[in-house]
Amino acid sequence: MTELLNILVGLLVIVGALFTLFAAMGVLRFPDLYSRMHAASKAGVFGSGLILVGLALFAQDHAIVARAILAILFLILTTPISAHLLAKAAYAAGHRPWEGTVCDEMKDADQNAKL
Amino acid sequence: MTDVTGFLAVATLISLGILSLAFLLTVLRVILGPGLPDRVLALDMLVAIAIGFIAVIGVRTGFTIYLDIAIALGLVGFLTTVAFARFILSRRYQQEYSENLSPASEKGELHD
Repeated sequence: MTELLNILVGLLVIVGALFTLFAAMGVLRFPDLYSRMHAASKAGVFGSGLILVGLALFAQDHAIVARAILAILFLILTTPISAHLLAKAAYAAGHRPWEGTVCDEMKDADQNAKL
Repeated sequence: MTDVTGFLAVATLISLGILSLAFLLTVLRVILGPGLPDRVLALDMLVAIAIGFIAVIGVRTGFTIYLDIAIALGLVGFLTTVAFARFILSRRYQQEYSENLSPASEKGELHD
């Protein structure tokens, strides 16, 4: 049973680290701010969350498990807010999506938009 | 606090290497990133990777006491990103104000 749990924790940790690596590759390789934000705020949080789930399974202590779940909840709650706020601020400050963007629904709205 | 052995030791070592690579790529984006919002986004990503590092080290060595630091780091990263977003917005209003003072100036793309 302990061996099985160790293998599960190891797989969770490796998969989480891989998701974080893919997020970092997306942040480095995507063409503009908004697609980079899409990579960082979804894959990055999912990777860190998987590693924290692995830690919660590994530590057989209620306090540690509660803290790990608290950290996951905090990450999941705050990252969309900060990404949304940063995207809105960047659009309002004049950073436009790259020319390959198919749909830009804020193009007509931003003349009257007061944040 | 005892070190883990067997598969878990190998797995945590591999994931520490992968996380180091991810950290390096994100630092590259901080250095390159053409604008201020790109750098802010990459710094936010660095905080998430650091939380992953702390969790892996908690599995590897058993020092789960650092998990409190991970929670505090998440809070600080969130507040930093929000503060930087307000800063980016305030720079836009400053530019509009200076444009209103001199209406003949060309309205162009904002560069950092």
